[in-house]
Amino acid sequence: MLGFFLRRAGLVVPTFLGITLLVFSLIHLIPGNAVEALSGERGMDPARYARLMNEFGLDQPLYQQYLQYLWKIMQGDLGRSIITHEPVLGEFLSLFPATLELSCCAMLLALILGLPAGVLAALKRNTLLDYSVMGVSLTGYSMPIFWWALLLILLFSVTLGWTPVSGRIDILFDLPPITGLMLIDSLLSGESGAFKSALSHLILPTIALGTIPLAVIARMTRSAMLEVLREDYVRTARAKGLSRLRVIGIHALRNALIPVITVIGLQVGTLLAGAILTETIFSWPGVGKWLVEAIHRRDYPVVQGGILLTASIVILVNLGVDILYGIINPRIRRSS
Amino acid sequence: MNAPHPAEKSEPPHPLLELWRYFCMNRGALAGLGIVCLLLFLAAFAETIAPHAAAEQYRDAILLPPAWQEGGSSRFILGTDPVGRDILSRLIYGTRLSLLIGIVSVSLSLGIGTVLGLLAGYFRGVTEIAIMRLMDVMLALPSLLLAVAVVAILGPGLINVMYAIGIVLLPHYARLTRAAVIGEMSKDYVLASRLAGAGPLRLMFDCVLPNCTAPLIVQATLGFSAAILDAAALGFLGLGAQPPTPEWGAMLASALEFIQSAWWVVTFPGLVILLSVLAFNLLGDGLRDALDPKLKL
Amino acid sequence: MKRQAIQVLFTSLLAILGTSADEALAAKTLVFCSEGSPEGFNPQFFSTGTTNDASSVPIYNRLVEFASGTTNVVPALAESWQESADGLSYTFKLRKGVKFHSNVKFTPTRDFNADDVLFSYYRMADPGHPFHKVTPGQTFAYFEDMGMDKIVDKLEKVDDYTVRFKLKHPEAPFIANLGMDFASILSAEYADKMKSTGTPEVIDREPIGTGAFQFASYQKDAIIRYKAFDAYWNGRPKIDNLVYAITPDAAVRYAKLKAGECHVMAFPKPADIALMKTDPAITLLSQEGLNVGYIAFNVEKKPFDDKRVRQALNMAVDKENILKAVYQGAGQAALNPIPPTLWSYNKKIKDYPYDLAKAKDLMAKAGYKDGIEVDLWYLPVTRPYNPDGKRMAELIQADWAKIGVKAKLVTFEWGEYRKRSKGGEQQSMMFGWSGDNGDPDNFFIPLLGCEAVKGGGNVSRWCNKAFEDLVQKAKTATKQAERAKYYEKAQEIVKEEAPWVPIAHSVRFTPVRKEVIGFKMDPTAHHYFSKVDLSK
Repeated sequence: MLGFFLRRAGLVVPTFLGITLLVFSLIHLIPGNAVEALSGERGMDPARYARLMNEFGLDQPLYQQYLQYLWKIMQGDLGRSIITHEPVLGEFLSLFPATLELSCCAMLLALILGLPAGVLAALKRNTLLDYSVMGVSLTGYSMPIFWWALLLILLFSVTLGWTPVSGRIDILFDLPPITGLMLIDSLLSGESGAFKSALSHLILPTIALGTIPLAVIARMTRSAMLEVLREDYVRTARAKGLSRLRVIGIHALRNALIPVITVIGLQVGTLLAGAILTETIFSWPGVGKWLVEAIHRRDYPVVQGGILLTASIVILVNLGVDILYGIINPRIRRSS
Repeated sequence: MNAPHPAEKSEPPHPLLELWRYFCMNRGALAGLGIVCLLLFLAAFAETIAPHAAAEQYRDAILLPPAWQEGGSSRFILGTDPVGRDILSRLIYGTRLSLLIGIVSVSLSLGIGTVLGLLAGYFRGVTEIAIMRLMDVMLALPSLLLAVAVVAILGPGLINVMYAIGIVLLPHYARLTRAAVIGEMSKDYVLASRLAGAGPLRLMFDCVLPNCTAPLIVQATLGFSAAILDAAALGFLGLGAQPPTPEWGAMLASALEFIQSAWWVVTFPGLVILLSVLAFNLLGDGLRDALDPKLKL
Repeated sequence: MKRQAIQVLFTSLLAILGTSADEALAAKTLVFCSEGSPEGFNPQFFSTGTTNDASSVPIYNRLVEFASGTTNVVPALAESWQESADGLSYTFKLRKGVKFHSNVKFTPTRDFNADDVLFSYYRMADPGHPFHKVTPGQTFAYFEDMGMDKIVDKLEKVDDYTVRFKLKHPEAPFIANLGMDFASILSAEYADKMKSTGTPEVIDREPIGTGAFQFASYQKDAIIRYKAFDAYWNGRPKIDNLVYAITPDAAVRYAKLKAGECHVMAFPKPADIALMKTDPAITLLSQEGLNVGYIAFNVEKKPFDDKRVRQALNMAVDKENILKAVYQGAGQAALNPIPPTLWSYNKKIKDYPYDLAKAKDLMAKAGYKDGIEVDLWYLPVTRPYNPDGKRMAELIQADWAKIGVKAKLVTFEWGEYRKRSKGGEQQSMMFGWSGDNGDPDNFFIPLLGCEAVKGGGNVSRWCNKAFEDLVQKAKTATKQAERAKYYEKAQEIVKEEAPWVPIAHSVRFTPVRKEVIGFKMDPTAHHYFSKVDLSK
């Protein structure tokens, strides 16, 4: 078990190094010059230019610059934003809870609706129910979510006035960030109405962001379920006269969930990509919006750090899923 | 695993014909094919079909509602945008751009990805590790984030969007090809032709590649939908096509402000994106089912 | 520990179920839906209205200020002032008992005095001042644009409550200049304290001023919070909290205003004006703007070094149509760099006609018969002088295409837009100006003066000897009629040389909710809340 764990973790290291290399080269790939990109200043006098060049270590050979970059990353130093002059890591950490909260809710929504829909579709194969579930999920899967978000706003916020248009919580509440998760903070604050406000702000972004994972999970669950239902042991169990519910609940569903877990892991990437759009539309102060604004502002240290951190999260979650997969399914453990 | 087909006819039909038969059994896929054909048609004959030029501004007809709504005009069936351009014509010309983005970025990723996959699968060892690690790195970045980053480097614009999406889609093809190559290389016929003295190039293109075309075709079709979707997203963020290019996503970029006053500006471009992405997804799913039932999700 | 947490959770749950939302919010909080993030909180660095609205307006005071709703100069931190007979010396008597704000890092031990005035001034004027360069990458652009170092010889402290400016030459708009945002007064004591703790740049991030509102917190791109300053010298504001909800999209601002999520909104889209007028919950204020929106040609770059090209492009712009499509009629076509409400406006000038044939002819004469490609930068944000940069750009793009000029539309995030234009990277760009002191000088010098090429406010980088002489003379002349003559002549030169396509002077609108009492629109496009109240 430990061996398996270490082997898997070992695979992550080169990927991580690859990402650092990619992010490092970003600053040298952009047109124009690295000193201007990293300082955000334009038209500097030669003295200041030389000083900054030295400060950023850009006068050293490339491999040395990279090693220094790595060394800084190890110490948690991802540079400072050109605009705010705050450390990039600090900004990321203060914004990440918002993205985490939104992503978790979206994933939760996808699971709560997607799993039963997939199971039902598989059980009622080739019925109207199956077709509608598949049709709806394929539509969801093909949805341009930025447009979907606009439609949701048009319907629920503008026309019906049920939900707020943007933000995380009514601006009148000035809550101290304890966990950074607004739902929990609003409860802890004890201010009445805060939780309700936070929840109502969360609804539309959650739907917008959860749509694609929901579609994928429904489709995946259905096909995994179909696969399992065809397997011999399920048929045997049925033949032995075990009740239908028991067969489905205990044997089939458990085995069908294994590939679904992998899909959930893969959806983390989808969620973070979707967060870029969703957060932009709903003015959700998270990592996605932060990154888009940084790109618009040419705040390269933030772009670099943001990409590195986001990718690291994806890698770590996938590692976690891999390991979880190995625990559930011992065959994988041995074969790899 | 799969049981052999029962009662095979004495003379099997032509494989393409059989493919078509399987394909036709899937009504969704047929619908997808229909829409894709329609899109191709629109793109090819945009000049003839579109009632107006894409960038022509009718300054006496700003923000006109669709023809069936009060105040609408039959000159502009789907209404006009805030500078008086015909939305229908822009959507028709936009077909061209979206398909072009699809074709260029899919060919780019298919070409490079396949070659990388072949190299990795054939040479194994350090080459494989290097290539596949690189692909892992790219897959670790959420697709849109990677595309956004590439555009941030190259600068906004239609051509750069194509490159960006091409790069984003690349790892899927490389992975698929590599897996197929490794699978095929261990088979007897490859071994035989290898012993007969076939060079690596010949081996790859004659023996290996034809055997992994099926999944690649499926992936390429699905790649189209991903390309259209990502290009629209970049356009929406203002990083893609620049005005006055009639790109669907870019048409939505400033749409938020019309959410209360002009619903048609917000609705139609998104609907067209959804339909075309859906069509390619249906087509891809249908092809997958028809080409290889085992690949079924 | 765990039990405690559960208890807290439980009691808060009870609290939610038990009471209604309004009870907990007894304090009067006014929410202003602003249009963008400030570039920073030190008004000395920046000249955009967005930044001043969030820094100099609520937090700071100046020696003199403009009476609310007008451009008349009134005493503020200076109680009175005296001009010497030769116009070369101004003596200010400072107000006593003015308190500075405090924050977690700093509690003032003394009232405002002459040291603060000297600190604020010399920080900008003296390159050797210890605080001149503490925030990297920031320059005192407005100070430079106004050519203040050419005007002021020195500033002296006469005693703790008297300061004297010595001028190099008489300068008619001098007093008005001191009322502008960049001339805000910072605390010298705060600066000393921060310097002693080794973090001098904090004074620019966590501002301390004498204004009606204290800075409380800033969440980037989301919220700025201010608290009423109890010891404000001009009377504590009637509201307790002031919140800026940063909402870049005008449609979202409007939706929030309708939903009561904010009380006042900045810069509505002209398209929404009609709806706002009919909304019973909203009062729509409007005011003739003291502004100008224009396209500037960078005369240092080809093809705009050629006057004929600039004139041709002037003739190719259909202004009436832009007014209709972009301003929805809420504005008037611009002829001169200054709005017609300002004295010295030259009515006799004829605008270039909208004449494509003549424009084509001029282009051919300039050697661009076969057309040409140019970059046109468009505004990424709503400004009071231009409600929709992108739409205007698309219209102009189509206009210019008719004479064979292919415009490539380019834009950057607002801060980046300013930064790059200061460096002169643009070919042609959309820009504009809201006057801040009601003197024509405030348009000509920072937008077209030679000094402003360096400072970056003159984005057409046009430095014309004859024009410069005229506006400099107008500054030193003391009689308004005489000054007006110089300015009228200067406007003729601008028309002929065509460094801009002046587009429009807009009427500005500010929608406020009915429960807001006493909000007045200001000609400078700033939003003042120190005298505003909320009814329940």
